Parts: sequence; C-alpha cells; structure tokens
Amino acid sequence: MMSLRSCREVSALVSQGLDRELGFGERLALGLHLQICKGCRGFSRQMAFLRSALERLPEDDPQARAGAQST
Amino acid sequence: MKDENHFQDEVEAHRTYLLRYANLQLRNATVAEDAVQDTLVAALTGQQRFAGRSAVRTWLVGILKHKIVDAIRKQSREVAFANAPGDGDGGESDTLFKVDGHWQDVPADWGNPEQSFGRKEFYAVLEECLAKLPKRTRQVFMMREHLGTPTDEICKVLEITPTHCWVLLYRARMALRACLQQKWFDGAR
Repeated sequence: MMSLRSCREVSALVSQGLDRELGFGERLALGLHLQICKGCRGFSRQMAFLRSALERLPEDDPQARAGAQST
Repeated sequence: MKDENHFQDEVEAHRTYLLRYANLQLRNATVAEDAVQDTLVAALTGQQRFAGRSAVRTWLVGILKHKIVDAIRKQSREVAFANAPGDGDGGESDTLFKVDGHWQDVPADWGNPEQSFGRKEFYAVLEECLAKLPKRTRQVFMMREHLGTPTDEICKVLEITPTHCWVLLYRARMALRACLQQKWFDGAR
C-alpha cells in the first residue's frame, strides 16, 4: 500500500514540481492528496499565481513604453 | 546615419526599465548599472543581432538576463556566502505545520488573484515581500522565477546542490505566500 503523504511533504512536492520533473510515484501521491485536501489545492494554486506574478516584474512603466513607441 | 540614431534612441528609451529589472535581481545599484551598460553596448555594437522578430524590449531583456547571470556568478565567486544570515537551515517550516504534518494555518482561497495584476500597489507589495527574503534565498528564487533559469544552471552558477536549491526555492515560496496573504489578500483589496 502506498503511504499517504502529509501536507508538509505535499507542499514540498508542489514546489519541486515547479523546478524538476516529478517521478511517477510522486505525481500519483500528489494527485491523490490534492483530490482530498482543499488546503493543499489552495497552496498549489497560490504557487501557480506566484509564478505568473513574478513574470510580470518589474511592473511596466507606462511612461517609458509610451516614450519608446513615440520615437 | 539616421536609422542608426533612431535605433540608438529606441534602445536608450528602455534603460530605466532595464535598470529596474536588473535591480530586482542584483540589489546593488552599481552592479545593476554595469549589467545594463554592458547590455546596451552589446545591443548597439551589434554583438547581439536584433532579428526584429521580437519587441526591442524583449530582445534587450534577453541580453540583460545573460549579463545578470554573469554578474551573479562573479559575485558568488567573490563572496563565499554559503551560510549568509537567515539562509541557514532554520526550521521555519516547523511553525507552518503541526506535528502530524497538517497545515498550521490552512492556505486560504485567494479567489481570482489575477485581478491583482491590474493594481499598481500589488507590485509594490510583491517587491516589499521579496526584499524581506534572506539574501541567498532571494537570489535563487529570483533566478528561477524571474530570469527563468533552469535549476541545474542555478546550481552551477551558485555552486550549490540541487537539493539545497529546492529547499531554498521552497522556503522562498512559503515565505512569499505568507507575506502576500498578510500584506495583500488579508486586506480584502
């Protein structure tokens, strides 16, 4: 029987899933846990949000962009 | 050479943006200025050809990313900060989970957080939260998420193990989500 992972372990797996390819067993354990755990689902969505937020930094400076376009 | 001057002006117009970009990573005005200067020189002397397939800014950021990684590599060699204050193996995650491994505070539903992208204040809060991370943690996280550097390259540049790298990234993410929760989402903006 596959051992159940705790939220602590799952949160680390969610994070590592953003940095490396998880193994089959890891993905399976992660998927199972996320199905039954609302907290970790929320965490997983927060991580995805964090990644897209960082892609937007630094915030676009409208003035600089307007300046660049007007030349 | 009218076209050349035009191109020079266009490249120069992005200097402020590039400086802000470099500062987010390097947090050192002089080093950031140097990286941007190198980028503009490379761009204007045609060391890096502008193929016209992307926006000028995107192309410049692409060059800048390489200059930033070079600067980080250099800094990393000069300063052995393997255990800079705050980057130690403190068991901070122990306060986030109960003994049985469950969340101490269950992560909240942020609803539709992408709405924050339209708010100028959000970026200020995000930068504030990033600034609070310990130096090395922040550096690894910014390389990964902001520059988009693959983990194995980060390991090479900073001379750390993949496991250490994942631990630092995990810590950064845990700290940032807590900080955003407190400083942004709890404010019910």
